[in-house]
Amino acid sequence: MNSSVIVFPGSNCDRDIAVALEKLKFKNKMIWHKETILPKSDLIVLPGGFSYGDYLRSGAIAAKSNILKEVVKAANKGCLILGICNGFQILTETGLLKGALLQNKNLKFLGKDVFVKAVNTDNKFCNKYRKNQILKLNIAHNEGNYFTNAEHLKELEERNLIAFKYCSEDGVVNEENNPNGSLNNIAGIFNEKKNILGMMPHPERMVDPIITNDNGVNLFTSLLN
Amino acid sequence: MKISNVIVERHGLKLDEYSKIKELLKREPNLLELGIFSAMWNEHCSYKSSRVHLKTLPVKGKAVIQGPGENAGVIDIGDEDAIIFKIESHNHPSFIEPYQGAATGVGGILRDVFTMGARPIALLNSLHFGSPDNSKTKSLLNGVVSGIGGYGNCIGVPTVSGETKFNSSYNENILVNAMAVGLAKKDKIFYSKAKGVDKSVVYVGSKTGRDGIHGASMASAEFDENSEEKKPTVQVGDPFTEKLLLEACLELMKDNSIISIQDMGAAGLTSSSVEMASKGELGIELNLEKVPCREENMSPYEMMLSESQERMLIILEDNKEKDAKEIFEKWDLAFVVIGKTTNTNNLTLKYKNEIVGEIPIDSLATKAPVYKREWIKTKLPEIESRLKDLKKIKLDEALIKILSSPNQSNKSWVTNQYDQMVMCDTVQQSGSNAAIIRIHNQEKSVALTVDSSANYCNAHPLTGGKQIVCESWRNLISVGAKPIAITNCLNFGNPEDPIVMGQFAECVMGIKEACEFLDYPVVSGNVSFYNGTNKKNIYPTPVIGVVGLIYHSKNKINHLLKKENNIILQIGKTFGHLHQSVFFDEIHSMRDGPPPEINLANEKNNGETILKLLDKKMLSSVHDVSAGGLLLALAEMSISSNYGLKIEKPKTLFNLIEYFFGEDQGRYIIEVESSNIDNVKKILKENNVFSEIIATVQKDNFEIIGEFKMHVKDLCTANNKWYNNY
Repeated sequence: MNSSVIVFPGSNCDRDIAVALEKLKFKNKMIWHKETILPKSDLIVLPGGFSYGDYLRSGAIAAKSNILKEVVKAANKGCLILGICNGFQILTETGLLKGALLQNKNLKFLGKDVFVKAVNTDNKFCNKYRKNQILKLNIAHNEGNYFTNAEHLKELEERNLIAFKYCSEDGVVNEENNPNGSLNNIAGIFNEKKNILGMMPHPERMVDPIITNDNGVNLFTSLLN
Repeated sequence: MKISNVIVERHGLKLDEYSKIKELLKREPNLLELGIFSAMWNEHCSYKSSRVHLKTLPVKGKAVIQGPGENAGVIDIGDEDAIIFKIESHNHPSFIEPYQGAATGVGGILRDVFTMGARPIALLNSLHFGSPDNSKTKSLLNGVVSGIGGYGNCIGVPTVSGETKFNSSYNENILVNAMAVGLAKKDKIFYSKAKGVDKSVVYVGSKTGRDGIHGASMASAEFDENSEEKKPTVQVGDPFTEKLLLEACLELMKDNSIISIQDMGAAGLTSSSVEMASKGELGIELNLEKVPCREENMSPYEMMLSESQERMLIILEDNKEKDAKEIFEKWDLAFVVIGKTTNTNNLTLKYKNEIVGEIPIDSLATKAPVYKREWIKTKLPEIESRLKDLKKIKLDEALIKILSSPNQSNKSWVTNQYDQMVMCDTVQQSGSNAAIIRIHNQEKSVALTVDSSANYCNAHPLTGGKQIVCESWRNLISVGAKPIAITNCLNFGNPEDPIVMGQFAECVMGIKEACEFLDYPVVSGNVSFYNGTNKKNIYPTPVIGVVGLIYHSKNKINHLLKKENNIILQIGKTFGHLHQSVFFDEIHSMRDGPPPEINLANEKNNGETILKLLDKKMLSSVHDVSAGGLLLALAEMSISSNYGLKIEKPKTLFNLIEYFFGEDQGRYIIEVESSNIDNVKKILKENNVFSEIIATVQKDNFEIIGEFKMHVKDLCTANNKWYNNY
């Protein structure tokens, strides 16, 4: 499977995702933000970091970059798009995913391991997880508080477009286990066609048991399935 | 403009120093030249009070590639790899403007490391705040922690370890020390020494603004009630630009274009150009109208003294300009040739074709003043408080009180504001004895930690100096690492006060003695004097940052209890030394008497024996016994693992408070499976290491037989509440 990781000035999880993709046998290319042509890709990843310093608003400037026009075109043709952390913020800024990521409820950067539940496993990204499987993933963000309007939130729930929800170690989804204040504990969502996934937790940080655990591996192997 | 005495003093120079300047120049300096002398001769840049003492430190060793004197120290970690690391203070700016002060402290130390060709792989910090009930502490804590996180998180280097301490001696002068650790190839290390005449001097990075003018001079003076007015001397950080600068520099370093490279840190363009020329015994000529400026009409004086961040000076090989420029343009960074090396041995400053300043390089560097300041030996303090005269307290009550005190509380409120995982090589995060970072794509790891013991150093600097070195050594041993080398950040009060100078001299002696004995060289460091306000000096606070090596990452060990019925042994002897202990401080507010003594031979033998046991995979967990003594160390092991412990009382006649809270040095706690216990005991005996069985691992309950029993959850609750309620 061919993957492309878009590198913006200020991206800082680009190497991490590339390492994870290569470890799991993707043929990966790094694409500099000034490029205007995307190589043929089955998967495009928008990595974590602080694209363009996240000045103005997280992901706002990256959403206007040259290469993003190509990413939007590819997305509309059905290419798989994965936005992690800053990548999720960029996806909401481009409108490829609805809603917005506000500042965390405690108004502080939050870097820690959290538990999330794979709510929807009937899609390209999560088919190797069991439904409602609980994963321990790492988060590291200042703006991860997912917000959207009531109508869209209802649609997300009813049409099963939520990928991951923050929960306790035993799967309880409640305010106590909501690290950043996201509506309905949302940690990741799909677009309607489910070819685009945006998520705040970092699956690429969970592919090596010596470092953490391997809870992120199945997200990548699902794509190869 | 005629230079008056007032102008000289405003530049932080003494009148006799000014006379020396005139002597060296054989004329009066102009204002620009005076500014340059003040920037180079201040304490922060010249080490004029500390140099004679620092020279005594051991700086050589098998693993040392580069000791003090460069941007950072370099050590060999085997194969093709080198670790480049240094710690530096940003105390004064952080007190005035906590977010930016702390952030630019991180930015500055990162540049010191990547300017030598290393990709930064970890950040650490040591923070000392005033008493929590001091009105300024809360906002300083908030600002500093978010500033440190803000910079490291954005540039994408994990902040993996640190310490956050509170003590009223820092009420008006906090300490913010940041350490950066980078990884380079041994044969690709870049130095600041210029070579060759007529080579292009290139300015890269951010544009120069009016921020931070005279920052280094500010850092070389005490605070007073007007310190708030110094806010404009604090620099503003831009981690995004630093990330671009980092990537651009590392890209340029892949090829052989660079003769020498130096970051513009304290005293900006002045110190970087002088440093390069001085080391190369050359002259340097700068055309200041070419300096990229952020603001209009900047004078040569402002350009030379600005401490704008995220800038570097590079001397390039011939014919490499075009390729180098392309790299910096790709990253949208300024790249301008602003001068050249010369054979004049002068710093020559031109502005619009006119010479506006000319100073012999050696007068700024090698001929800068060096002082042998007067100093007084600190006597071993008398003992005033005796346990038998103090109000009795139960063991469990004291433990809970200590666990919930600001200094001993769980620090996740702080560390959760740091990205500890970016780069995906963090084997062990903060909250353990030392952080462990894997060398990318390899089996080996480095272990990293920072330590300080201001209470001990204040009571007796010589012992305190030895103690911190030993404590850092124990912390590395406790994660299974072979200690390699140290960097130090020496935070002290006013060196013109013989008592303070004595604290400095004796701390350095203590550090020297311990480092020599442990074969643990000092490869880089920084001195921060004048920490105090209105003649009130801070506690002497040397901070030690250390690097150790773990050959196989999968052999990592931590202090989490692993299995029910495992046996707990104490390594090293307990004598029950309570003076200068956490117990006396937190429970009785007593800070009299001497700190615990250090026995270097025991330290070395105990540590090396533990490494032998780890090599044979005979231990399940290891923890060092430090501040708070045995009981706090045992409680920490329970809290972090959720296992309980059944602890025995000492078999000999011992006061239980002294036994459980005494801070005797050179001790560890090890967890051993019962099937290994005979072998472990045998090896300990063969190596003449004192040990005794003190506890067994059990579920849920933390207890001392015959004294108290409580659920581990209650320990966690006590340990977790302070920050969240502050």
